[in-house]
Amino acid sequence: MSARTAPDATRETWDDILLRAFKSNGVKLVTYVPDRVLTPLIGKLHSDRDVITFPTTREEEAVGIVSGAWMGGMLGAVLMQTSGFATLPNTLASLAVPYQVPLIMVVSERGTLGEFNSGQAMVCRTMRPVLDSLAMEHHTITRIDELEFIADRSIKQAVATQAGVALILSPLLTGGKVFKA
Amino acid sequence: MTTRNDGRGAGSNAKIMNRADITKRLVSRLEKGEAVVGGIGNTNFDLWAAGQRPENFYMLGSMGLAFPIALGVALAQPQRHVFALEGDGSLLMQMGCLATIAAVAPKNLTLVVMDNGVYQITGGQPTPAAAGTDFVAAAQAMGIGNAAWAADEEDFERLVVASLSAGRPTLIAARIDNQPAVATTHRDPVQIRERFMKGIGAR
Repeated sequence: MSARTAPDATRETWDDILLRAFKSNGVKLVTYVPDRVLTPLIGKLHSDRDVITFPTTREEEAVGIVSGAWMGGMLGAVLMQTSGFATLPNTLASLAVPYQVPLIMVVSERGTLGEFNSGQAMVCRTMRPVLDSLAMEHHTITRIDELEFIADRSIKQAVATQAGVALILSPLLTGGKVFKA
Repeated sequence: MTTRNDGRGAGSNAKIMNRADITKRLVSRLEKGEAVVGGIGNTNFDLWAAGQRPENFYMLGSMGLAFPIALGVALAQPQRHVFALEGDGSLLMQMGCLATIAAVAPKNLTLVVMDNGVYQITGGQPTPAAAGTDFVAAAQAMGIGNAAWAADEEDFERLVVASLSAGRPTLIAARIDNQPAVATTHRDPVQIRERFMKGIGAR
């Protein structure tokens, strides 16, 4: 399944647009725990000389690294999957939120719109309640023609207000991961 | 020399030192505005007690993230050396970060493990590692080749100074006693973070 494209959108793919939003807003460091859907973005980040990109062993670790980097003057972002986000509440509640870190999270959404793994479907339901309980900004991006505006403005707002944001990439945007019988 | 011949591997012959004392010794060796990240609990309490330098960052939660936070600071400021102080129980929470640090291989990062074999702040319960885990051997196996037990206070200071010019990540493990911290950090996260950012020139 290919990524959905709006009729009047450019030929850019969602990962091109997200990479551009990162770079135009000075994101210099990207840490991630991989996800199948995020593969093209991860590949382009690794090829980009202006962005330090590497995997971590846990999402908490990835958040710790970009938090430290921001305190040192380097803006970063963290890429993860829905189930990875579910490992983060303590780190968000004890580091990112109270220390007012502009934590930029990109979450590839599993668990909905054709999920085939019941574990993924269940854990997905915890994500937005956790974000809401911490009063963290989050946007679910479904359309490629809205991606640049949402990503660009959200990164700017995170930095200006020193408050984290989660950009949730819906299967409507990315195509998601589908069951191959 | 007081030793703990408890069969816990290569560090068993290391002298049991005091966290507040060796933290002061570490800080006394810093002459170029080196950043220091203190892990949760007693580790950052004793860092606070050692002088409240503006280049210090004190964690209030996020157990296990002192090393990852320090890695981030080290990447953002490659000209500044960064130290991270972590308890043994905290490191066990996030052992994987040693593989990440080995892979990224910053030249300006020193990791200090304060190992007393217990979760001291929760009542001194032994950690699972107390039965025989050797943190130096573990770090080396995960790719941090430059890792050593501090034999005594003098050796600890020597390892701290050597790490400043090692050109690769260093891990120093120190056997410590179970004395509580000598002070308590003032717990205002925004003030801690803002002071740290000003202290390392990011504001």
